[in-house]
Parts: sequence; structure tokens; C-alpha cells
Amino acid sequence: MNRSFKDFEHLIRLAALFGAGVLFFTVVRAEFVPKDFGKYGHYRPGAIADVAARPLTYAGRARCTECHQDTVDETAPAKHKVISCETCHGPLLKHADDPEVAPPKADGQTLCLRCHAANTGKPSHQPTVVAKDHSDEDTCTACHKPHNPRMDQE
Amino acid sequence: MPGVDGFMYPNEVELQWSVLIVLYPFITGLVAGAFILASLERVFNVPAVKPTYRLALLTALAFLLVAPLPLQMHLGHPERSFEMMFTPHTTSAMAMFGFVYLWYLMVVLVVEIWLEYRRELVLAARASAGLKRLFYRAITLGSDNISPASLRIDDQVGRIVTIIGIPSAFLLHGYVGFIFGSIKANPWWSTPMMPIVFLFSAIVSGIALVLLLYVATSRIRRAPVDMPCVDTIATYLFYAFMVDFALEMIDLIHRIYEADESFRALDFMVKTRLFTSQIVLQIGLGTLVPIALLGLTQLLRLRDRTRVRIYVTAGVLTLVGILAMRWNVVIGGQLFSKSFLGYTTYKMGFATREGLLPAVLVLLLPLGILAALVKLLPPWTSADAAHS
Amino acid sequence: MDTTRRDFLMVGTKLLVMTAATASALEHVLAGAPEAAAAGPYSTAEHWWAMLIDVEKCIGGGHCVRACKTENNVVDEPMYFRTWVERYHINMSDPDHPIVDSPDGGINGFTEKYADGDGKTFFVPKMCNHCADSPCTQVCPVGATFRTNDGVVLVDKDYCVGCRYCVQACPYGCRYLDPRTHTADKCTLCYHRLTKGLVPACVEICPTGARQIADLKNPNDPAHEYLRTHKIQVLKPQMATGAKVYYNGLDGAVR
Repeated sequence: MNRSFKDFEHLIRLAALFGAGVLFFTVVRAEFVPKDFGKYGHYRPGAIADVAARPLTYAGRARCTECHQDTVDETAPAKHKVISCETCHGPLLKHADDPEVAPPKADGQTLCLRCHAANTGKPSHQPTVVAKDHSDEDTCTACHKPHNPRMDQE
Repeated sequence: MPGVDGFMYPNEVELQWSVLIVLYPFITGLVAGAFILASLERVFNVPAVKPTYRLALLTALAFLLVAPLPLQMHLGHPERSFEMMFTPHTTSAMAMFGFVYLWYLMVVLVVEIWLEYRRELVLAARASAGLKRLFYRAITLGSDNISPASLRIDDQVGRIVTIIGIPSAFLLHGYVGFIFGSIKANPWWSTPMMPIVFLFSAIVSGIALVLLLYVATSRIRRAPVDMPCVDTIATYLFYAFMVDFALEMIDLIHRIYEADESFRALDFMVKTRLFTSQIVLQIGLGTLVPIALLGLTQLLRLRDRTRVRIYVTAGVLTLVGILAMRWNVVIGGQLFSKSFLGYTTYKMGFATREGLLPAVLVLLLPLGILAALVKLLPPWTSADAAHS
Repeated sequence: MDTTRRDFLMVGTKLLVMTAATASALEHVLAGAPEAAAAGPYSTAEHWWAMLIDVEKCIGGGHCVRACKTENNVVDEPMYFRTWVERYHINMSDPDHPIVDSPDGGINGFTEKYADGDGKTFFVPKMCNHCADSPCTQVCPVGATFRTNDGVVLVDKDYCVGCRYCVQACPYGCRYLDPRTHTADKCTLCYHRLTKGLVPACVEICPTGARQIADLKNPNDPAHEYLRTHKIQVLKPQMATGAKVYYNGLDGAVR
């Protein structure tokens, strides 16, 4: 009995080594894996809060009306009323939080043409012009007020 | 856009998986193939290949130890790679592969090698002193028993481990194939044939590698090449090749016949960007020529020296061909757009983290490790007397 | 029995040590309280986010691409995109081969390339589809990308190992590896805005209203009526990804 145990005792040692390895793995794993991992699914729940905490850059249209109701009224009868202020005026959160911070200047020329330059890809209901033919490439704002661009609404 | 023909989704233009990812299935394939050759002697009682048994095991170990290296070099955060073991996502083939790899390395390969060499290691422990003795004592886990009864038990357990090891080797490399084959987004990869094609090309490459290493080490040792041994290995290589070739042809013919929405884009890619690596290297030089050469040795009676030369040539071409196959799968799968409207180019750096130089070094490293292993655990002592 | 006292002591001690080690290890593993979940007015159980894109309204201005880059600090070099616009041009004599381009993702709009009456040309905005049966989350080996309970697919930047398996698995090409953080990145549906009651940047900025955010769990959301009254498609429906970006007016040629 004793003799035969001695003959496979080295295998027991091997098994014990593996057992120790599994134990070590379990302990180290407990150290590294966040305790709530897997609570909602196979991920770290803290990640959701991490993503949600990223900083904002655009304020959103509602913020502008807080102070600029007059401009909102100006655009009310215009086709442009559906456009968000920040589409042309850029990100305005810094300005909305602290009105002392000057908003970036809107580059009228590039902006107007990006939507209104004639392009075969644009749907037919979009009003477009070929700038050269329309105004001899004069600036758009020479005749159109961006907040209410219709010519007869002086 | 430079390097782009037609239209690629903007995020597709740069390849995400580099030459390092090409090496990884190549290396694990060599492991699986070398092990299967070793198991021929142990489990299927093919005594002719006994001279290569230990060499095949050590080869498998040397390459398996290096296998994770190209992956670690590729990861954006290799320091976090342990997460795959701690929180493996069970739906991810890549995560589950980590455990298959660990199982294979620890339970199959290391245990089998340990049992095979235990007698010599204990003898070495008894015969040495100081640090060397400590080393051998540690490796033998402090056990000093090499009685005939214990060695008989070792042999029996070793046989069981090898039997478990064969499906484990299949799983090891079949899983790598599944990592690609299960991606429905990529029609070049997505096929149920992928694990099987990968496995058989792995067997072919592993057998070729052991054949080459055996001939090379025999030359270095100025020992005669055991002709029945290499003849048997070459025969098995030939048969494995036939199966591998048939499987790859089935995949190809199926694609051509069904000609689904991806076919035209893939066909164009193979004929242009992948022409050299797929048609010339993989199919031509890497498959048809070795099959023809090996077929010659089966049909004609050639002199020993000629046969060995043919085997070596076929072996080298085989390895080149299988490496090309991995390239065609990994790189080829990223050269075309998922819109099927365009192609991009792979810009491989040289001395960059995922460039050609580290790739070459990764391929050479296992040979260095093997040289050390061969010194530490010689495959050519009285090993032949160990098994009955 | 030949067992000596020495043998008994040896085996006994080893067993004792191993049991003690196991016990203390287990105790260590089981201890520790989970991190407290962040409490707030936004509850994921009350929302199921989707996107509506009206191809017939898109004028290819690229404002969305620019807004996304600004809001989310998306990398400029190399140029990767969380959202981009593609232009399709289809020659009626060869309708199976559309000509597609997306210069810099459409961030500066599109210069004219085609003549009037020469086939049909239109713009298609693309973005992450926040798939309900997402193939990208399926393949992530560590659990660094996932779908939230409110239907948004996100990436955990602090857990991602950068293996790029998810990039390979996405059928729509919407993922990339951020070269600054070496982690996978993609559209988050501006989750940091949604959770504060704001709309995604691309929706806010689109001048024609081609992009609309939809909360399908909200019975009053106009999206329900829209989906009921329009012919809606998702990209690559044969992939069965459960894509939640619903297109109106999507031409069959769109890839």
C-alpha cells in the first residue's frame, strides 16, 4: 500500500502545484476585478457613469432662448427657424454658462454656401443657387439677413 | 485617398490587424501540427516516427511559449491583457481561446514533456550540485522516485494525456479558425469551413516543420537521418496535404459557384492585390509543387539522398505556403471594403512595433528557445528505450 | 499499516496548510462590497434609444460630422469618424455599380462632381447603429464594450485592451482604434447629452432635421408615428444585427 503510494506520489505533487496555481489565480483575480463587474451585463457598471460624465460642448437650442428671445422672435416667421443657433454660431456652451465669454464669429459665406450652393446631390426641395450666376459671388449677407433670409421681409 | 481604389468606409482605410496577427495562427498551427505528429507514435503506435517524438514535443513547447508574444505586441493595452483571463466574455472566441491555450500549454504539453523526461531529470538532479541541483530538484517537484513501477505509471498517464491532447490540439487551432470564421461582417472570413481549413493547414505546417528540424538537427549532430522515419513523416505530410488541398478547393469552388454579393469584390481582390501571395505562393509554390514533389517520392524509387533533398524542399515550400495562407486570410480580409466597392493597401512598417522586423524576430525566437530546450532536455539520449 | 508518525505529520501538515490557505483566500475573495451605483434622475429602464435618418432631407452639408468631432473630441489625425456622410451617384445605365465618395467624411460638404440629369445623386449619413443584437459586443473578449439597458452601445475606455476584434466584427465600419488612448472608439449617441435631457450633437446641429433622436419607450415620442407612416429600412438587414438607426428613403443601392 505504502509502496504503491510512493510510486504515484510525484503525480500528487503535480496536482498540488496546479491546485496552488488555481488558488493564486483566484486571489489575484479578486484583487483586480471590480466587485460589481457583471451587475448589469458583462461589463464594469462604472463605465456608464464614465461616459455620461464626459464634458458638453454644445449648449442646445433651449439655452439660447434664455437671453436671446428677441432673435428667436426674429427667426419665427422665417424658413431658418428650424435651424439650431449653434449650427451657424458654433458651440456656445461656454458662452451660455458665462455670457462674458464671447461666442465665436460665424463664417457666413462658407456656411451659407454649404447648404445653398447648387449640387446635384441635394434634394429638389432645398433652395439652391449657383453663386456666380446668382450674385456674381458677392457676399450672401449683402442682401440676405441670416436670421430671416427672405428678401421681401426687409 | 492614397492607396485606396474605389470607396472604403472612412474607418476601414487603415488595416487594424497587422502582420503580427498573421504570425499568431501560423505559430499556433505549427504547435498543433507538431503535437499531432508526436501523438502518432504514442497513441497510434507508429514506431517509425519515434526518433522525432521528443523533438516534436519540444518544438511544440518552444512555439507555444512564443505564440502570445505577437498578440501582446499588437494590443493597445497589453498591460490589461490579464482581463481576458479574469473577466472572459464567454461569447467571445478570443476570450475562450485564452483558456484553451492555457489548458493546452499546462495540462497537455508541459505535463506530457514532464512525464517523458522525468527519469532523466531525476538522474540529473542526483548527478549535479549547487544551483544546478536546485534547478533540477525544483523541476522534478522534489520527487526522487524513478522506480520501474513509477515509470510504468508515468507511461500510462502520459498515454492518457496524449489521448486527451489530440482533441485539445484540434481545439487549439480549430478555435483560431473560429475566431475568423465566426465574423459575419467579413465574407472572406465567415465560413464554417474556416476552423477545419485552419486545422488541416496547421497539421501540414507542423509536420513539415518537424521534418525540417529533424533533418537539420541530424546534420548539425552529424548523425545519420533515419530513412524509415522521414519516409513515414513525408507520407503523412502527403496525405495531410491532400486533405488540406481538397478542403481549400471546396471553399473556393463553393464561392465561385454561388457567386453571392461579395464574390465579385473578392474575386477582383484575389486577382490583383493578392495575386502573388495567394495564386503564386499559397496555391502554386506552397501547395501544388510540394504535393507534386511528395507524390514523386511516393511513385518513384529514388535514392535516399534524393528523397531527403526533395523532402526538405517540399518542407520549406510548405511552410512558405502556409504562412502565405495566413497572410491571405488576415490581411486579405481587410484589403476590401465591407461596402464591396473598394480596396485599400496594407502599409507594413519595418522597425515599428508591428512592422516586418519584429515579425521576423518573433518567428526566429522559437528556434532560439528550442535550441535551449534541446540542450536542457536532450531528445537524443536513451529515449528510445523509455517506451516499450 | 506501515504508516509512520513522521509520514502522518508530513501529510497532515501539508493538508492543514493548504486548507488554511484556501480558507483565507476564499474569505478574501468573498469580502468587499460592490461600488455604490450612481444615483440620479436618469433611469436607464425608462428609455430605449434609436435614431431616425431621413435621406430625403439630407443636403450633404456635413454639419453633423463637424458637430460630432467638436462635441466628442474625435481624433483628427488619422481621420476617423464617429459619423460621416456618403454621396451616392448612380448611372441609370449601370445601376448595380454606384459611385460612392466621402471626402474627409463629408466634413466640409461635397464639391460638385456630376452634371444635372446624369443619373441620380443623393447623400446618406452613416453612424453606429447601436444594434440590439450587436455583433461587436458579442466578440469583445473582456467586456469593454457593451449595450446598456437603454439601448446604447458604449466602450469602456479604462477596460478596453485594444485588440480590435470589435472593429473587425462591425458590419458597418463605424468603429476605429483611437490612436491617443489605444482603445476602441465609436459613436456614443452622445450618451453624456441624452442622460441630461439634451439631444445628440449631430441631431442638434443638422439644419434640415434629417437626423432625429427617438426614445421608443416614450409613448409620446413622434418617432412612433413616423415609423408607422413611412417606408423604413435599416442597413444590411440580412445581418440581423437589430440595427436601431432607421432610414427613410433609403435607396437599394446603399451599402
